[in-house]
Amino acid sequence: MNPFTYERASDAPAAIGLAKGNAVARYLGGGTNLVDLMRETVERPEMLVDVTGLPDGIEPRADGGLLIGAAATNTALAADSHVRTHYPLLARAILAGASAQIRNMATVGGNILQRTRCRYFYDTAAACNKRQPGTGCDARDGFNRYHAILGASPACIATHPSDMCVALAALDATVHLDGPDGPRSIALADLHRLPGDRPDIETELKPGELITAVEIPPLPFARRSTYRKVRDRASYAFALVSVAAALDLDNDGTVRDLRLALGGVAHKPWRASAAEAALKGRPATPESFRAAAEAELAAATGLRDNAFKIELAKRTIVAVLGNLTGDDA
Amino acid sequence: MSAQSDAAAPQPALPGRWQPAVTQDPMLRKHGAQGYGSLGQPVSRIDGPLKVQGKARFAAEFPYEGLCYAALAFSTIARGRITALDTAAAEAAPGVVLVMTHRNAPRMKAPSLMMSSPTAAGASDLPVMQNDEIHWNGQPIAVVLAETQEQADHAASLVTADYAPLPAVTSFDEARKTPRQLDNLLGQPPVVEIGDAEAALKGAAVQVDQIYRTPRHNHNAIELHAATVAWTGEELRVHDASQLLDLTAGQLADIFGLEADKVRVSSPYVGGGFGGKCLWDHQILACAAAKLAGRPVRIMLSREGVFRVVGGRTLTEQRVALGASADGRLDALIHTGIVAMTSHNSCPEQFTFPARHLYAAKTIRLAQEVADMDMLANTFMRAPGESVGTFALECAIDELAEKLGLDPIELRRRIEPDKDPTSGKPFSARHLIDAYDKGAERFGWNHRSPTPRQRRGGEWLIGMGCATATYPYHRFPGGAARIRLTAGGQVTVSTAVHDMGMGTATAQAQHIAARLGVPLTQVTFEYGDTSLPRGVIAGGSTQTASIGGAVIAATEVFVEELLKLAGNDSPLAGLSLAEVETRDGGIGHCDDAARFESYESILRRSGRDELVCEAEAPPPAEMEAFSMHSYGAQFCEVRVSEVTGEVRVSRFLGSFDAGRILNAKTATSQFKGGIIMGIGLALTEETNFDPRTGRIVNASLAEYHVPVQMDVPAIEILYTDIPDPQAPMGARGIGEIGITGVGAAVANAVYNATGKRIRDLPITLDKLM
Repeated sequence: MNPFTYERASDAPAAIGLAKGNAVARYLGGGTNLVDLMRETVERPEMLVDVTGLPDGIEPRADGGLLIGAAATNTALAADSHVRTHYPLLARAILAGASAQIRNMATVGGNILQRTRCRYFYDTAAACNKRQPGTGCDARDGFNRYHAILGASPACIATHPSDMCVALAALDATVHLDGPDGPRSIALADLHRLPGDRPDIETELKPGELITAVEIPPLPFARRSTYRKVRDRASYAFALVSVAAALDLDNDGTVRDLRLALGGVAHKPWRASAAEAALKGRPATPESFRAAAEAELAAATGLRDNAFKIELAKRTIVAVLGNLTGDDA
Repeated sequence: MSAQSDAAAPQPALPGRWQPAVTQDPMLRKHGAQGYGSLGQPVSRIDGPLKVQGKARFAAEFPYEGLCYAALAFSTIARGRITALDTAAAEAAPGVVLVMTHRNAPRMKAPSLMMSSPTAAGASDLPVMQNDEIHWNGQPIAVVLAETQEQADHAASLVTADYAPLPAVTSFDEARKTPRQLDNLLGQPPVVEIGDAEAALKGAAVQVDQIYRTPRHNHNAIELHAATVAWTGEELRVHDASQLLDLTAGQLADIFGLEADKVRVSSPYVGGGFGGKCLWDHQILACAAAKLAGRPVRIMLSREGVFRVVGGRTLTEQRVALGASADGRLDALIHTGIVAMTSHNSCPEQFTFPARHLYAAKTIRLAQEVADMDMLANTFMRAPGESVGTFALECAIDELAEKLGLDPIELRRRIEPDKDPTSGKPFSARHLIDAYDKGAERFGWNHRSPTPRQRRGGEWLIGMGCATATYPYHRFPGGAARIRLTAGGQVTVSTAVHDMGMGTATAQAQHIAARLGVPLTQVTFEYGDTSLPRGVIAGGSTQTASIGGAVIAATEVFVEELLKLAGNDSPLAGLSLAEVETRDGGIGHCDDAARFESYESILRRSGRDELVCEAEAPPPAEMEAFSMHSYGAQFCEVRVSEVTGEVRVSRFLGSFDAGRILNAKTATSQFKGGIIMGIGLALTEETNFDPRTGRIVNASLAEYHVPVQMDVPAIEILYTDIPDPQAPMGARGIGEIGITGVGAAVANAVYNATGKRIRDLPITLDKLM
C-alpha cells in the first residue's frame, strides 16, 4: 500500500470540493474493494475522501419507487422491508454476495463502483490492459473460468462481480451523480462500460463525480421476482452465472412483461434485452423461456475455461423463469 | 484385539519394561480405583479459555524492544538470474531500516532436506538468498525491514528487478515427457510387484482401468506463517508457528554455524499446521535480516506470501486397474502414476501407499515416478499420498463393485486381507469391516439405490457413496519426556512437542493422569519449546504415539526411582518394576491391593521436595513387526442440481478404527476437520498454476476456495475405540485419516446421484452439466 492522505466529507459538495482537480483522489465507501486493491498496489490513490458520512436513507417515493442514499450499507438495503416486499430480487441479490461482514461495511455507491474482477488484474506481475493499458491480457489464454462470455473485447475479458447491480439493472435503476460540473443522472444500465479498447475506463463517470443516490422506479410486478446465483462453493464466491428476473403474467399464462439481467457474464451487469423482447407476449413455457435464453446468448463466445457458462446461463434463465411461474415465487 | 498380535510374542528381555513388539504398554492392563480417569472423556481444551480471551500469544504477537517488521518482494519469473535489483526507492522510503538481498545477506549454509539427517528440516535444499539465481516464480528476492508493517509492505512494493530468464519447465505436460524414477518413496520401495499384474488384469473376468487426476493444493491455515526472532550475541531466539521445533532449531543452528544449544525455538500456540508449518524461507530470512540489522524482527507472510513461499500438495495423475473374478476377488491390483516435483525437494506425494495395505489381491503392481518442474518445493499437506491415493483407488473399487453387481461394502468384505498384502506382516489390529458395518447402519446405507439417478428432490438429484479411509501408524524415535513430581503431588511432564490446535496438551494431560494414576487437575503438560527435553515432530499423525513412547520410558524410570526412595520401610519393599503399577496417586503391587504407597508419602519419608526423571522412547520395533494402520469408512450423501451441476454435500458420516480414542471431543474435531478439508479436496480446492509462467494465479482466499460454513453439512463421527495392542496407550494417530477417502466418497455419491463418473478433481459444476 502506498502512502495517502485521508479526509472525511460531511456532504457531497464537501467531498467534491476535496477531490476537485486531484486526479489521484478516490472516494472511499466501505473500502471492501478499494482497500484490497490498494494493498495489492493496483490502486495507488494519494488521497481518500471518505463519503460514508453522506446520506444513507432508504426512502419510499410517492410514486411507489425507492430512493437509496449512496452511503446506505448493503446490509441495510437487503434488510429494508420495502425492498423485501416490493423488490425481493434486490434483497436476494445482495444477500447472495460476499459475506455478512463485508456487506456490513460495503455501501451501495461503493458496490456499484467496485472494479471488475480478474486475477491477472490483481497480480502486478501479470500483463493487463486494464491495469497498464497496452501491456496485453494474460487472462485471454490463461485461467478464465470466471471471465466474460458477452461483450468482451480482445483487450479485456474481465467480469463485473456485483450481485446487487444485476438486480438494479433489471429494475431500471437510475444513478444520481454530483460532481464539479453539477448534478446529473444516468441509467444504471448505461453507467458501466464494455471494455472495448479502453478496459481501464470502467464507467461513464467524469473525473471527480460521485454517486449520491440510486433511484428505483415503481415496478408492481417485481413482487414476483428473484435472483439466483450459480457457483461451486455455496457461499462467499463470485457468480459463475447469476440471473435476476421479474415476471408479469396474464391470466392466460402469457408473459405480459418481464425484467431479466445476468451477472458473471460481462464487463458490466448485463440487461438481457434480447431475451425480454423474445419472450414478451409469448406463453410462459419452458420452450419459450429457452428460446428467449438462446436469443440472449446468441452472441456469446467462450474461451478455454468459460465456454460452459453459455449453456449454464441458458439453463439458469429457464430455471429461474420457470420458478417464477410456479407457486413458490 | 487382533488374533495376529499373538504371533510375535517372545519373552521380554527386561522385566517390567515396555518392549515394543514384544510387550504391551502396561497401561493397557493396569487398573486402579480411578481406572483410566478422564482418558477418553470429552475434556474441553486446556488452552481454550486463553485462546478465546486472546491471551494465548502466537508467533507474531511477541513484543521486543526495538522490534522491526519484515516484508518480502518476490520474483516474477520461474527460472533465471537477477541482472538488476533496484532497492534505492525502498531504502529511501519512510521508516525503512534496511533492505536485504542476495548482495548483502549474511552468508548461510543451505538447508538440508528433511529426513536426510537428524537435524535436517529443509523443505528444499536450495540456498536462501545467497546468489542471483531464481528457481521458482515467487521466490523472495528482497527482505525489507521497517519500523512498522505498513512501511515495510510499502517499501517492498518499490523493489524492482530485471532478470535474464532461463528455460523453465512450468508445464506438467512437458515435464512428464522425461519422468524420473525414485530410488525410494519416503523410505519405502517405489515399485512393488507381486506376480504379473498386467497379465492377470488382461485375463480377469471383470476389469476396471481408469486414469484419475488430482490438482495442486495450497496450505491455507487460518494463522498466517509468522516468526518473531531476536539475536543476543551468538544466541538466537525464535518464536515460530511450528510443528517441527527441534528440527527447526537444529537446522537454523546449522545454517548460521551456531552450536545447537544456542538456538531456542518456541511455539506454544499454532493456528493450524496440516504439514505447512515447517521451516520455509521466511524464518531463515527473518533470522538473517535480524542479524544484519542488529535488531529483533517480526515476519508475517501475507496470504499471497504463503502461496509464494510455502509449498503445497502437488498434482497427481494416477492409473488404477483392477481385475476381478465374477465373485468379487481381486486377481490384479495396479496403482501407478506420476506427480510433479522439483529436483531440490523430496516429497513425492506417496499415493500408492494405501494400495500396499488395503486389499487382498493375487497380483499387485504399484509404481510411481516424478516429473521435475521449476516451481516452489511441494510439501506435505494433510495425508500426503493417502488423501489423493484413496481418491483414485476407492473410486476404482466403486466402479468395480458396480461392474460386479455387488454392493461396494460387500466387495470390500470379499477382498479384506488376513495379513498385509504386500509386506506379509500381521496386522496389529484391523477392524475396517466393523467400521463399515457400524457406519452403514447409522447412515442408512440400505436406502441407497444401486442404480444411479433414482432419487431426487425437485431439480436436485440425490446420491450416496462410501469409501475406505486409511492412514499408517508411525512412531518416531528420538523423543524424550521428563516427569517432575512435587511433594504436593503435582506432576509436570515436559517434552518439546506441538499443539497446532489438535488438542495435544489436553489429551496428553489426560494420558499422563491415567498413566500415573493422578487426578487431571494435578497434571501439567509442558510443550512447545526446544528448551524442554527433545520432542518429535508433529507430522504423519505420529506425535501422540511418539509422546506415548517417551512417557512410558520416563514412567519406568520414575517408578524405579520411587521404589528406591521407598526403601525397606515401605509396603513396596522388595518389589521390582515388573511387579508394580501406578495407580491412585501412588505405586501398588499389581496383584495385591494392600501393598501400596502414595507418591507423596514416598517423597515425604525420603525427605525430597521433588523427583525429576527423564528418558527417551525405545525404538519403534512394533512398526517392523506389524502392519499398523488406522482405518475408516466414509459415507457421503450429495445433492446435485440437474440444471446447474452444482454439488452440495447434504450428509456425511465418518466411522473410524483408530485404536483407543484419548479425548472424545478433540478427536471428533480432528476427524471432522479432516472430512471438511476432504470436502474441499473433492469439490473446490485447486491451485491455478499458470503453465506459461509457473506462477500461482489464485494466490488468495477469494479465488482459492476452501469450504465455508454453507458447504459443510452436519457430520457424524463414529469410532470403534478398540485399543491397538502394539501402540502406546493403544492409540494410533488420528490427525490425517479424516481427509482420506473423502474425495472418493463424494465422487461415488455424485455418480450414484447423476450416473456421471468424475475422475478429475475438483468436481466442479461444469463437469456435471
